[in-house]
Parts: sequence; C-alpha cells; structure tokens
Amino acid sequence: MAQNKIYGAIAAFKTDTEILEAARKVRLAGYSKFDCHTPFPVHHLDQAMGLKRSKLPFFILACGAIGLLSGFLLQWWTGAVDYKLVIGGKPFFAPEFATPIMFEATILLSAFGAVFGMLGLFNGLPTLYHPIFNVEVSKRITNDRFLVSIEAKDPQFNAEKTLQFLRDLGGEEVQLVDA
Amino acid sequence: MQAVANEIPVPKKNPLIKPLLIEGEQTYATLTEQISTVVEGKTPRNWYIAFGLSFCITAMLGSMLAYLVLTGVGVWGNNQPVGWAWDITNFVFWIGIGHAGTLISAILFLFRQKWRTSINRAAEAMTLFAVACAAIYPGFHVGRIWFAYWLFPLPYNQGMWPNFRSPLEWDVFAVSTYGTVSLLFWYVGLIPDLATLRDRATTRLRQVIYGVFSLGWRGSNRHWQHYEVAYMILAGISTPLVLSVHTIVSFDFAVSKIPGWHTTIFPPYFVAGAVFSGFAMVMTLMLVARWALNLQHLITMYHLEVMNKIMLVTGSIVGYAYTMEFFMAWYSGNMYEKFTFFNRAFGPYAWAYWTMFTCNVVSPQCFWSKKLRTSIPFMFFISIVINIGMWFERFVIIGTSLHRDFLPSSWGYFRPTFVDILTFAGTFGLFMTLFLLFIRFIPVIALAEVKGVLAGQLHKAQGHSKH
Repeated sequence: MAQNKIYGAIAAFKTDTEILEAARKVRLAGYSKFDCHTPFPVHHLDQAMGLKRSKLPFFILACGAIGLLSGFLLQWWTGAVDYKLVIGGKPFFAPEFATPIMFEATILLSAFGAVFGMLGLFNGLPTLYHPIFNVEVSKRITNDRFLVSIEAKDPQFNAEKTLQFLRDLGGEEVQLVDA
Repeated sequence: MQAVANEIPVPKKNPLIKPLLIEGEQTYATLTEQISTVVEGKTPRNWYIAFGLSFCITAMLGSMLAYLVLTGVGVWGNNQPVGWAWDITNFVFWIGIGHAGTLISAILFLFRQKWRTSINRAAEAMTLFAVACAAIYPGFHVGRIWFAYWLFPLPYNQGMWPNFRSPLEWDVFAVSTYGTVSLLFWYVGLIPDLATLRDRATTRLRQVIYGVFSLGWRGSNRHWQHYEVAYMILAGISTPLVLSVHTIVSFDFAVSKIPGWHTTIFPPYFVAGAVFSGFAMVMTLMLVARWALNLQHLITMYHLEVMNKIMLVTGSIVGYAYTMEFFMAWYSGNMYEKFTFFNRAFGPYAWAYWTMFTCNVVSPQCFWSKKLRTSIPFMFFISIVINIGMWFERFVIIGTSLHRDFLPSSWGYFRPTFVDILTFAGTFGLFMTLFLLFIRFIPVIALAEVKGVLAGQLHKAQGHSKH
C-alpha cells in the first residue's frame, strides 16, 4: 500500500469484565463508530456499547409470512386451479390437509430469513477483507482476547488522543490499524 | 440479621448447587487449545482403521442400492400384505435418532440448560447424518429412483402436481425442511469456531478452507448481537419443527385406516420415542468420543447423568403409550383393533413385541438407581439396548399391523432378505463415515458457547472468593 491510510485504533483486554468496562467508557467518551471483538457473545455488552435492539426479528417475521402464504398458494393453486384431480373423494383444497405443508414452509422461510438475513443483510458477511485482520492480535479474538476498535471515521477520532485514551483504559497492544 | 444468616451452617454437599460443567483449571486459551488440537493434530492410526472399516460398509450400502436399482424393489423382502417393511422401519428409526440432536440444540437452549453446550455440536451433526441415512429409504422405496423428483412440486412435462392430500407428501416437506433447517442451525453455530481454526491455521490449505467457511467472521459485537437473535429464533422455530416432523411421520400411519396405525396417540408417542432413541444414540456416540478424544472434563458425569434421566423419562412415556394403546384397543370395542393388539403381543411377531417391550420399557427403569446411571459401562450397554428396542418398536408397528390383513386369505409374514439386512447395516457405515469425518475436521465441542459457560463459571468463582 502506497498510502498508509488508517482504519482506526485498537486495544486488547483479557477478560469479559474488562471489555464491558472499556466499552462503557468508550461510549461515554462520546465515540460512536467503535466496535468490540470477542471470542464469545459477552452478556450486557450490547447495553455497554449502547446498541439498539436488533431489528432482525421483524425481517424473520416477514420471511415467515411469505412462507406461510406460499405454502397456501402452492397447494391451492396446484390442486384447485391448475390441475384438478379427484383423489379419494377429497376436496381439491381444504385448510385441514394444507396445514402441515403451510407450517413447514413457514419454518423453512423463517430459517432462511434468520440465517441469510443475519449474515448477509445485517452483518455484511461473507466479507473477503477487513482491516482488523491487519493486526497480529486480531488472531486471538477467536481465542482469548477481547478487542476494542475505534474507527478513524469517528468525528472524535484523533490518532494520538485516541491511542492515549485506550492506554488509559488499561488496554494492551494499543496501536493504529492500517485500512 | 446479617450475622444470623452467616451462622447457618452450609451443608458440605448441597444438592441444589449444580456441579461444574467444565472441570479442572481452565482458561479461554486452554479450551481453544484442547478443542482445536483434536482437529489440528496428527490423524491417529485408530481413526484410519475406523474410517476404513466404515467406508467399506458404506461401499456395501452403495452396492446394495445399485443392485436394487438394477433389479427392482423385489430384492427386498416386502410382499403383499407387508408392503412397508424394513425400508420404512429404518426410515423412521433414523429420523427418530436425529431428533435428540435438535432437542439438545433447540429445546434445551430455550430452557437455558447450559449443560447442552458440551454435546450440542456432536448431537446436531448426528441429526444431519441420521437424516441423510433416513432419506435413502423412501427415496429408493419409490422403486424408480430416477423419478424421485416427482415428490417435489416441480413443473415437469406431465403437468401434474404432487398429491398434497396425502400425509406422505407432508412428510416430503417435513423431512426436507428438517434437514435444511438442521444444517443451517448447525452451520450458524459453527461459524465462530471455524474462525478459530482459521486464525490458528498453519498451512495455506487450512487457512483457505476454514477461511471460506468462516465467512470472514471477526467476533464483532455488532455481529454477535444479530447472531444471538438469529440463533435464538432458530432455536425457537426448530422446536415446533422437530415436534412437527415426527408428528407428520406418525401421520403416515395414523391418517391411514389400518388397525394398529389409526390411533390419535401416535404423534406424541412418536415424538417421545424419537427423543428416547436419539438420546440413546447420542449417549453411545459421546461415550466413545469422550474416551477416544479425552474430553472427560468437558463431557462430565453430570452431562451423562442428566441424559440418562431424560432416557428414563422418555422411556416411561413410551411405556405408557404402549400400555394405553392396549387399553384403547379393548375400550374402543373395535374387533379389528382388538385383534391387532392381541396379535401384536401373542401372534407370530410376539418375539419382536417382547424384545421391544423389554428393551424400551424395562431396561431404562434401571436408571432410577444413581449407581447404575453413573456407571459408564452400564449406560453404554443400556444405550445400545434402547437403540435395538426402538428399532423393534418401528418394526412392530409397521410389520404386525400389516401382516394380518382384513381377509385371512391375505395374511402373510415378512422375512428380510440379505439385501434388506446389508442395506440397513450399510446405513450404519454411512453414518459412522460421516461422523468420523466430522470429528476429524470440525470442532466437536461448541467452543464459543463453552467459553461463555466458562465465563459464567469464572464470575461465580470470583464472587465466592470475595466473601
């Protein structure tokens, strides 16, 4: 890279208690474009970071509704509209026999919504590159380190001051991250 | 008041305090190390031996199926009146096995049963492999496997659609949804752990493969937030799903009018039986995996004991269902129903019925004894006995209800052919092959989840030492 653009600054912590405290202080210091990286979901970290509740459930609900509707349309249109066939004297369409498949279609589409919505729509995964991987300590995020990262895009970001701030929080491996 | 409270003697062994789920002095790093090295270390010689053996058995399955396709379904022992025999028995058997995996991963998650974290990954994998084995049977039972796509509502040239009025078609949707959702659920749980393996990778190949499958996971809390919601909702929808799957499997029978099948007790009875057999299979596999991979401190005696208790409960539910079926046959006053059940217990298949009854109802009752339910050789033995018993349950339901038709001139008897037997044995080979590949290449323990449990345990320990 010719120009060394800065993604932001990071600090590493050793326990979930420390990261909770650090996240709270980063938020109270007025930063908004920051993130925490943890090996497992830490309780109450969302509140400490001031994150709003996930809107994912609404998306999943919509997917489930589409599933329910398509389960119904599939059975009604194929049986009662497109190709009527008398089998065992049963009606061409009835909610009684249509229920199991409508239910399964609801579940299937909700699951697709939950997984692909969570990954693609809400989290922007899969991703081929992220600057955080430029620092060596990021390899320990999935092991035993809890990282705070403050992005350079944050209006309050100032390389020197932010680094000092992170050091004051008690973080280790405080450093700037290349973009 | 404080002083008085402090004077109350604390009993040494408080039954209300749960034993630790993770034993020994552990940190996040030691957990990562232990679980990752199972995958990263040199492949043990025994793995090759086990894999070679299972692979040969899978090859036998392949050749039996090829023989069936080239010759016809007549190579199985199915006849008139026993048109459904080992194929459907084995289908229900394998599907049922899978249910424990979903129960552990979804229902126990909703109930916040933290002990599930040590076994959920392996149990979910077992679900997937069991569904794969199960799907073989109805697929090949249709006779002309190359038309199996007719099961799905596709716009092919006949212009006809599947018959949605049939429970068999409901089953197509139930089982395929179940397989898909189980795979997604399993994969979502895997992503953070695959990222761990990616970050530890020492070779380029590992880095690329685990890198691709971990999707660039970076443990961001902004991701974890949605991840946890998605996981919770997946658990929430998998719970009614797993109950619906075996309910719909039981509809294959209950919606028909064959005496012995046409009963309303089937859905709950099948679900309980599925959980029962699935836990037995989890137990069998986990006891071997725990010993072979040295995971005794993660899959502790506490885990094994609670699983045995679940088997005791579900075994008793199954026992209740067996008894209630007999009562209803008598109480209904229906002569066909009465004959079927009398014939089940004392007719030509009495040997199968009593094998089932002994294995499923009598044997788990041993788990009332603390000594027996904490004895590893004994629970291993019982888990296999239950698996045998649950296979017989499905055979008894299917075989005995069919072999005595309404007209005595149409009575028959089913005997398996060598193709039946080798195909069934072959599915065990497929199951073991897939399971061995799983323990070799994927973390067998849900690492991120176990770390969460460890964090809770560490907080508790700190809290106690402060006082």
